[in-house]
Amino acid sequence: MISYITRRTLLAIPVLIGIVIVVFLLVRAIPGEPCTAILGEQATEAACERFNEANGLNESLPVQLAVYIKNVFTFNLGDSISFSRPVTQMLIERLPLTTELALSALFIAVLVGVPLGIVAARRHNSIVDTATMAFANVGVSMPVFWLGLMLAYLFALVLRDTPFVLPPSGRLSPGVFPMAYYDVWGWELTQGSTWAKFNEYLGNHFILNSLITGQWEVFWDAVKHMILPAVALATIPLSIIARITRSSLLEVMGKDYIRTARAKGATEGTVVRGHALRNSMLAVVTIIGLQLGALLGGAILTETVFNLAGVGRSLFEAITARDYAVVQGFTVVIAGIYVVVNLLVDLSYAYLDPRIRLE
Amino acid sequence: MTVSRKKAIELLENEAGDITRLFEKPTGQWRLALRRFRGRRSGMTGLFIVVGLILVALFAPIIAPYEPNEILIGVEDVTRRDPPCIHLLGCPEETPQHIMGLDGNVRDVFSRIVYGSRVSLTLGFFTVTLALVVGSTIGAISGYAGGWLDNILMRIMDVILGFPSLLLAIAIVAVLGPGLRNALLAIAIVTLPGYARVMRAQVLAIKENDYVTASRALGSSTRSILLKRIIPNSLTPLVVLATLGVATAILEAAGLSFLGLGAQPPAAEWGSMLARERNQVFTSPHLVFFPGIAIMLTVLGFNLMGDGMRDALDPTLNR
Repeated sequence: MISYITRRTLLAIPVLIGIVIVVFLLVRAIPGEPCTAILGEQATEAACERFNEANGLNESLPVQLAVYIKNVFTFNLGDSISFSRPVTQMLIERLPLTTELALSALFIAVLVGVPLGIVAARRHNSIVDTATMAFANVGVSMPVFWLGLMLAYLFALVLRDTPFVLPPSGRLSPGVFPMAYYDVWGWELTQGSTWAKFNEYLGNHFILNSLITGQWEVFWDAVKHMILPAVALATIPLSIIARITRSSLLEVMGKDYIRTARAKGATEGTVVRGHALRNSMLAVVTIIGLQLGALLGGAILTETVFNLAGVGRSLFEAITARDYAVVQGFTVVIAGIYVVVNLLVDLSYAYLDPRIRLE
Repeated sequence: MTVSRKKAIELLENEAGDITRLFEKPTGQWRLALRRFRGRRSGMTGLFIVVGLILVALFAPIIAPYEPNEILIGVEDVTRRDPPCIHLLGCPEETPQHIMGLDGNVRDVFSRIVYGSRVSLTLGFFTVTLALVVGSTIGAISGYAGGWLDNILMRIMDVILGFPSLLLAIAIVAVLGPGLRNALLAIAIVTLPGYARVMRAQVLAIKENDYVTASRALGSSTRSILLKRIIPNSLTPLVVLATLGVATAILEAAGLSFLGLGAQPPAAEWGSMLARERNQVFTSPHLVFFPGIAIMLTVLGFNLMGDGMRDALDPTLNR
């Protein structure tokens, strides 16, 4: 097992380095000077010269790359050119929103998708099965941004005088301010220290923060704002999880040991819960991990629809504004998270199925 | 009886082919698959949707009551963003009929949706063809050559897979400049690894077969082994992947257009139609609703057809 972990982890490193280099080159290849994009009318030659000097953009490409790689591995992602703020600070503010959005979506997808798949498999070829699979097929075919807009229309406008009304945009209602847990508990944090920044990052997970500190009003408000974007984002993974659960459970139910269990006189419930389900979950676990990439991509669209300042939305804006540092920093972090999650999925898969690590 | 060497090789080659056919049953395979496909309701539904869409795209000028970019102000008694008006459903006869309403530029939404099918189908087809050709070539070379070349090519594919696909597509379009053609290229690049991996796996499995070894022993060139023996035998999963790939391509392209990176106005493309009117969703929901339904129906058609084909071609999967 340990040799498998080492091998698999080592394999992830060239991919990470490759990603850093690809992002670096892509950003440099975006047409247009960052100077003209940022300074606009004032972009005279002298002003551009000073601008490039200040941002290290007049060095040769290999030097810029070397500096950049060194900085990435020391968690220094540079300053945003258009906001004049450190990229790490922007991540501290914006990554928690995307994390909460992606995890809420994944939570909904698993919570609904797995039982749907099980029900469909248990009632194979019945009307329930057909309906579930029809739902799943429509679900994977739906454009996230369209669903988001339609949900916003339905819940914010059509149902506005009912208890089901939900806000169509933003993260919190105006006037609602969360108090970070370290302030609630009166922690003394040194301004600007890494520890303070880490706590600030954690505290920006509004749902988590208000939950652990018992700020129920904030919690409920944050959850209400999260429902529509999370549901929109969850649809595709939900449908995929339901389909995989169904087909994987069906496959296992046809195995000899299931027949044996039945022959021993085990009840249907024991057979399904004790034997079939556990073995069919392998495929489901993999798929859940693989959906993370789709979730992060979908987050760009969802955040655009619901006016949320998360990493997806910021990244898109940074690309249009040629904000090199932000594009580089955010992309590397997202791709890094993605690679690490895939690594964890592979490892858990090897843990669950010993045959994998012997290959 | 003496036979020329050439003749002997031909005989052997034919025999190798026959033996392959015996074991891998390609003769009846397609007919059997067709029969299985016909027996599946979802696959057939997908086929109907796709065929229907192709017909709509082909006969767009006949089906659409207006030109896609025809501005109707001054032509008819209509205003901006008029809601749908269908005479059969009780809309007064004197108002001109627009079954999906009018958009912000006073154009007939239904006509634009009809013409939009041409854009989406063309885009889906070319994206997948490009990704399929380049991807499977990379996969075939990688699988057949093995060694360091295989390693380098597959690590490059891993890097592409290391990005969330929409994110990489956005970055590529940012480099190439917004537009439908560049969106097509970007989506083709981000979907390459799927084809490359499947092709590689197929090649690895097939190249160990006796008939490949036989060809090699007879002195066939690498190129001819790849083209005549390996590629024809590995097409099945690629065909399925390509059909499902059309669905993905259309969905991703709509996403790019929604962000303003794909089709540019005044093109009648569903994603950009939706994006232009998205702030009007509360006042004129029909302008968002119909393009979305069109995208969904198209993607659904290709997804169902692809699933049906997979089930039909590989009966061991998904009983």
